[in-house]
Amino acid sequence: MKPLAAMFAGGPNRWLRLTRVRIISQIVFFVLFVLAVWATWTSRLGGFPVSGLLELDPLVMLSTVLATGYVYKFLGWGLIVVAITFLFGRVFCNWICPYGTLHQLVGWLFDNRPGPQRIDQNRYHRTQYIKYSILIVFLVMSAMGALQIGLLDPIVMMYRAMTTFFSPLTDTAVGHLAGAVEDMGGGAMFLDSLKFAPGVESRIFVGSFWIGAIFLFFVLMNLWKPRFFCRFVCPLGALLGVIASKSVFRINRIVDKCTDCDLCLLRCEGASDPQSLVRQAECFSCMNCIDDCPEDALEFTMFRQDKKQVLPFPDMSRRQLVFAGALGLVAAPALRNNGLVNDENFSAKMIRPPGSVEEAEFLERCIKCDQCINACPTNVLQPATLAEGGIEAVWTPVMNFHIAHCQLKCNLCSEVCPTGAIRRISVAEKLGEGPYAEQGPVRLGTAFIDTTRCLPWANQVPCVVCEEVCPVAPKAIQTHDEETRDVFGQMVVLNKPFIVPDLCIGCGICEAECPVQDQPAVYVTAVGESRSKNRRLLLRSRTPERPI
Amino acid sequence: MKKPKQYPHAGYQGDYLSRRDVLKRALVLGGVGAAGVYLAYAPEHHPLSLRDRTGLRGMPVEDPFQLPDFRVAATNRNVQVGVGRGGTAREMLLKALDAVGGLAHFVQPGDVVLIKPNVAFDRSPNLGATTNPAIIDTLVRLLLVDARAAEVRVADNPIESPADCFAKSGIGAAAEQAGGRVYLPDPNAFEPLYTPGARLIEQWAFFKRPFKNVNKVIGIAPAKDHNLCHASLGIKNWYGLLGGRRNQFHQDIHEIVSDLSIMIRPTLTIVDGTRVLMENGPTGGDPANVRDGNAILVGLDPVAMDAWAFEHLLLRPGRLPEYLYKAEQKGSGKVNYTDRIKVIT
Repeated sequence: MKPLAAMFAGGPNRWLRLTRVRIISQIVFFVLFVLAVWATWTSRLGGFPVSGLLELDPLVMLSTVLATGYVYKFLGWGLIVVAITFLFGRVFCNWICPYGTLHQLVGWLFDNRPGPQRIDQNRYHRTQYIKYSILIVFLVMSAMGALQIGLLDPIVMMYRAMTTFFSPLTDTAVGHLAGAVEDMGGGAMFLDSLKFAPGVESRIFVGSFWIGAIFLFFVLMNLWKPRFFCRFVCPLGALLGVIASKSVFRINRIVDKCTDCDLCLLRCEGASDPQSLVRQAECFSCMNCIDDCPEDALEFTMFRQDKKQVLPFPDMSRRQLVFAGALGLVAAPALRNNGLVNDENFSAKMIRPPGSVEEAEFLERCIKCDQCINACPTNVLQPATLAEGGIEAVWTPVMNFHIAHCQLKCNLCSEVCPTGAIRRISVAEKLGEGPYAEQGPVRLGTAFIDTTRCLPWANQVPCVVCEEVCPVAPKAIQTHDEETRDVFGQMVVLNKPFIVPDLCIGCGICEAECPVQDQPAVYVTAVGESRSKNRRLLLRSRTPERPI
Repeated sequence: MKKPKQYPHAGYQGDYLSRRDVLKRALVLGGVGAAGVYLAYAPEHHPLSLRDRTGLRGMPVEDPFQLPDFRVAATNRNVQVGVGRGGTAREMLLKALDAVGGLAHFVQPGDVVLIKPNVAFDRSPNLGATTNPAIIDTLVRLLLVDARAAEVRVADNPIESPADCFAKSGIGAAAEQAGGRVYLPDPNAFEPLYTPGARLIEQWAFFKRPFKNVNKVIGIAPAKDHNLCHASLGIKNWYGLLGGRRNQFHQDIHEIVSDLSIMIRPTLTIVDGTRVLMENGPTGGDPANVRDGNAILVGLDPVAMDAWAFEHLLLRPGRLPEYLYKAEQKGSGKVNYTDRIKVIT
């Protein structure tokens, strides 16, 4: 019986080779990924699965299940990739993963080492087991409630870097292009559709340099070791490698035909040694070796597999496995004991987007993909730095009211969150309207006034921008008239603002619009956030009928 | 493996640099050097000199532009403000326009018209914080169909996310369905505007992009309460064209609003009194704060119009807001609207 794959693998001259199909698949998925990031914007979101690639990622599913015990929303899609991997091996790595595609593309374009050197680079290296160690550390940590896979999961890295690092770059470039077109007298409105965030002044993302630098570091490493990230680091690749050890299809070497020329290593993406005992857990099923074999000695097949010519399992000893597990057991409590994630010493600026679950549960769910940050129409959501939540919360979403505010009738962050760190809430639930009137609005924190910096309080200068922009009705910032003498001895009547914490929802527009810009005279801190009972401020909201 | 070093063997003929080559090389080096010295050290007024003795030459130069006067003379000097009362928004707008002489008097066929609504907040239209989209719809259609304008643009620089504000206020959809084009702000859209006579914004970032080739400008403002300014009406609406750190202006709110009255000289100013935000302004948020004012105003004199609206829409007796007197001093109109207004019911 002729193997199915032989229909395509008939030789280098056939057009519809598996490698060509693979390239088409890579382009399609890369474009889909960019489109998903592009569509994650207030004027474009309309039920598109913009976080779809994250929901397909079985590592996101597995780690959040370990951390929370449940499968949120669409995370079950990860099983599709698991099933595909059981059938065809790690095809995800070389047919779907956009980060893998980027690595391969960069190597193809810029790695001009001569053939013999490339063959040497593409031999299996024993340190490739490190990615399995990384996977075990992360999974043990997840099971203990410290979800950190997002630091190195390739899909998460792609989303995060695309949002915070690349989209401002390209949007600025498109903006300049539009300006140039208009200067020449043309209409440039159509260029808006090329922007990731049209219709706003340029977005900024705090700490995006490091997100981009780490992302590009791994891309750069391709010039030293091809597919460095995929072979040595990627925890998702490791998980798929474990599954691929049992895959139905695999690369099979027909020993009778093989002349040991090693040409199969010329473009071997996974460094999986197809020239001798193929390492099934390392193979990306890229099919390059089939193309490159001059003797037709390699095939991708489920039949006639030579069981002597394969090493199916990851090359990891039991002691290495135990060591990695122990490392994870230590790492999770070590992170938590860092002292910033608790109800005593939490940062005043750890203000989470509306719909967020309580902090400990939040950190069990947030993978730092930053989709919420991309969807945010005002740019208030920012990747956290070490300052807000320490190393454990780095790159998770926090509100930065120096940049903007949380818009009243917006729930986009909760809609795009793939893991439920920001639970899906409706605008009515956010505002405490209709069926949610009893529980009241979602409060992100509470505003306070620094009377030593506030213009009417400290300097007898009229202002009250904060009162003007306060969006709740009745306003949570109110004013009282006060007649005082200014520095020149003249009587002036000043509107002095004060906060009514019972009404404040912590949206931060007062802080964002305060003219004392660098350290605003009205500012929001996390205390009083409604997601946590332990961070409550008021015993209950006062009303005219029930003052206290 | 390293190769052993090789020495030229006997009989080796080198290819040596000639005297001519040396001279050429010296000439080129000397020329480049002299040019470099000239560029760096020639006094600043010499051509091509790059010298910057004070460090001020390298500072960015602002090249402000000036807005033209968009006004059109009134048909009747005694009707500076038209008020339409009774009926739907469309009927009231038509009555108000008729009172001042009809839209066709102000907009000629082929004109490019810019409409500036108030889209400042991400609010639904019934809360009165933004312009009633029904009036935008009517006006855009009137301009395109009756007045045969070549193009109608709708632009504002809201406080919240522009795309969201235009979407949830209903103004974006109303404008586009009626055939208008919405302009959202972006970093390239602002340029410094020079306003002679303005005290706070003589030179200030202005939302210029939608003004390209425009020859008629119409502002449409909702009538709103405002704690500091006492009212947000037709003149304060132009605040939405400013860029930069505009939150400082509250320190002298009446000065800035009167500056706005000379910053732009619109063809028409419209005050939308269909949903008057009586308190908790300018953001609103509670439908209970909104009152049906049953009026739409069209003004050639924005000062008189705001004065009438303050008394008849916001229902505030007593002293008018100070910005109106300042605007009168700056020559934007007259506070006293008696005998200069025509009400059609």
